[in-house]
Amino acid sequence: MSAPTETVNAPTPRSSEVEAPATKVKVSRVPVYLGIALITLIWTIPSLGLMINSFREPRSIRATGWWTVFGNLFDSAAWTVQNYTQVLESGFGNAFINSLAVTIPSVVIPITVAAFAAYAFAWMEFPGRQVIFVAVVGLLVVPLQMALIPILRVYTNFDLNGTYPAIWLAHAGFGLPLAVYLLRNYMGSLPSSLIESAKIDGADHFKIFTRLIIPLSVPVLASFAIFQFLWVWNDLLVALVFLGYNEQVRVLTVELSDLAGRGEGTLSLLPAAAMVTMILPLVVFFSLQRFFVRGLTAGSVKG
Amino acid sequence: MTTPPIIKTEEPQPKPIPQEPGARDNSPQVWLFRVLSALVVPAVLVLFFFTLDFLQQRDLNKLLQVSVALVVGVAGVWALYWGMDRLVSILPERVATGVRPFTFAGPAMVLLGFYLVYPAINTFILSFQDREGEVFVGFDNYVRVFTERTYLVAMRNSVAWVVIVPVAALLIGLAFATLADKLPRRWEAATKSLIFLPMAISFVGASVVWTFIYRFRPEGFGEQIGIMNAIVEAFGGSPLDWLAVPVWNNLFLMIILIWLQTGFAMVILSSAIKSVPDDQLEASRIDGANEWQVFMRIVIPSIASTIVVVWTTVLITTWKVFDIVWVMTGGREDTSVVAQQMVTEFFTFSNDGMGAALAVLLFVAVVPILIVNVKRFREQEATR
Repeated sequence: MSAPTETVNAPTPRSSEVEAPATKVKVSRVPVYLGIALITLIWTIPSLGLMINSFREPRSIRATGWWTVFGNLFDSAAWTVQNYTQVLESGFGNAFINSLAVTIPSVVIPITVAAFAAYAFAWMEFPGRQVIFVAVVGLLVVPLQMALIPILRVYTNFDLNGTYPAIWLAHAGFGLPLAVYLLRNYMGSLPSSLIESAKIDGADHFKIFTRLIIPLSVPVLASFAIFQFLWVWNDLLVALVFLGYNEQVRVLTVELSDLAGRGEGTLSLLPAAAMVTMILPLVVFFSLQRFFVRGLTAGSVKG
Repeated sequence: MTTPPIIKTEEPQPKPIPQEPGARDNSPQVWLFRVLSALVVPAVLVLFFFTLDFLQQRDLNKLLQVSVALVVGVAGVWALYWGMDRLVSILPERVATGVRPFTFAGPAMVLLGFYLVYPAINTFILSFQDREGEVFVGFDNYVRVFTERTYLVAMRNSVAWVVIVPVAALLIGLAFATLADKLPRRWEAATKSLIFLPMAISFVGASVVWTFIYRFRPEGFGEQIGIMNAIVEAFGGSPLDWLAVPVWNNLFLMIILIWLQTGFAMVILSSAIKSVPDDQLEASRIDGANEWQVFMRIVIPSIASTIVVVWTTVLITTWKVFDIVWVMTGGREDTSVVAQQMVTEFFTFSNDGMGAALAVLLFVAVVPILIVNVKRFREQEATR
């Protein structure tokens, strides 16, 4: 088997698709187009409405629906970025940086730790190798809800709750089973002749790992990195439990759920605030769509 | 050929690794070194992180903290592994060969032990204890879960979620993938991106997005700003508070998750549909089958295994969803689900025992599904 994450590819054209063949013409196009248009429309309207609302005058957000803009689309007085400046100043700018501070190490640490472990499971000999690997994969089924309360108690005892390292290590621990599983399968599928010849040339394990295996594993590392990035960036549960509502450290998802709970008064800020939390994942989505799909599908083995 | 693209649970095959002297040395000294070498990296990491006041200062320059965190996270961790490797190399060659794998794999095992194995066992024990986790109360928490209305409602809703959401996401995803397959390529890619886009949005973000769909204003309190009520009024109806309509409000919350998950189902099913061999389709068309018959008799059977995988994946996601309910209703109006009730118990009510019991319930319920999934997959592998 080749690497597991390689199997999900962007749709490849079928041979018959290159030029519309006779058999395809038989299907009436009209219902197909109608169906597609209907589903696409329903799926796009919610995000479109949010985006339009985020650029409207606060007063009009509260007074009328976003669809009313289509009446006077080119009235420049109707549009503003005021919501964004206000949102960024009122804590979301800070929360954005907090989200970065939480996410980057929470992606990098598990990748490093898992890569070393995956190499050992694939290419080193030690007692219990298979048993331990199966146990690690078995941990995929444990939902992180099983881990929250005891870890929170330990953190509280040592007064570590609400610190960045506490949440980095927690995210690292929760992400490890998937990372080890994906990386081990990928590294194990690399040709053994490669490692053999490197050994004959006198390279030790550390050198083989850093110079040979890591560069070859970039696709799977990228897939996992994107999956873990999205996971951590969009996570509310772990952030809520280990960082909480403390204003200095709270991340975007916590900030947004707090704002959403404040009722009618902050209604006009919600669209811009939600857009701020989505912007980075959307940029990743549009720039790295292929890796993005791979990362998500690779992550779906997680229990 | 239509193997589910996701779960490639290849059984780890023992690799023909050349025997290295000392690799299977099981003497106590070697084991001592192994344990030590596994512990060093995590221990140094924890000490470094938690003694460095700098990282715990909450009012310092955030960007600086992030940079330091990055340097520690990347360079620091790598340097630690490198240092350990050098240290082990000082040992006699035979011992070093036996110890080195543990400098590689050990830190991962230690982290997993602390962050998953230990807490999972602890949660299980805690579920038989009281709210402070001090007194054993036997099965009391579980008895309450299966008798008190709060928990019964949460379970009823959770069951409804896992029945409805995966099936809806699958059906819409399948319909869209099938239709999009007939579009010109550029249009296919563009429309698929639009359906898939919500996958990038967090559950919290999605909840806010849908706030502006469901928003309700009583009649006479101004224009409707939620599109659903605007449509209702346009057709002469009176506006509804969608999230307060008994029983149906659950469905309106589920729609948010269906909106998020359909893209995932669609992308996977689409690539499975494309891998159905053309000659099979052509042959049945020549035999006079219409498109619907081709779809039901050829396409569906060939992608059946993918359907099962997508269904179970979405099902597990659905079962553990908490954010949507937490943000939209907080579980009020009988909309609670188990995963959200669990957080409410231990986070809001500080009832650790009850929270643990619900966590165990979350865990135990998915195990059979996963076992069936793995079994199916193994059979498939065996018959290939």
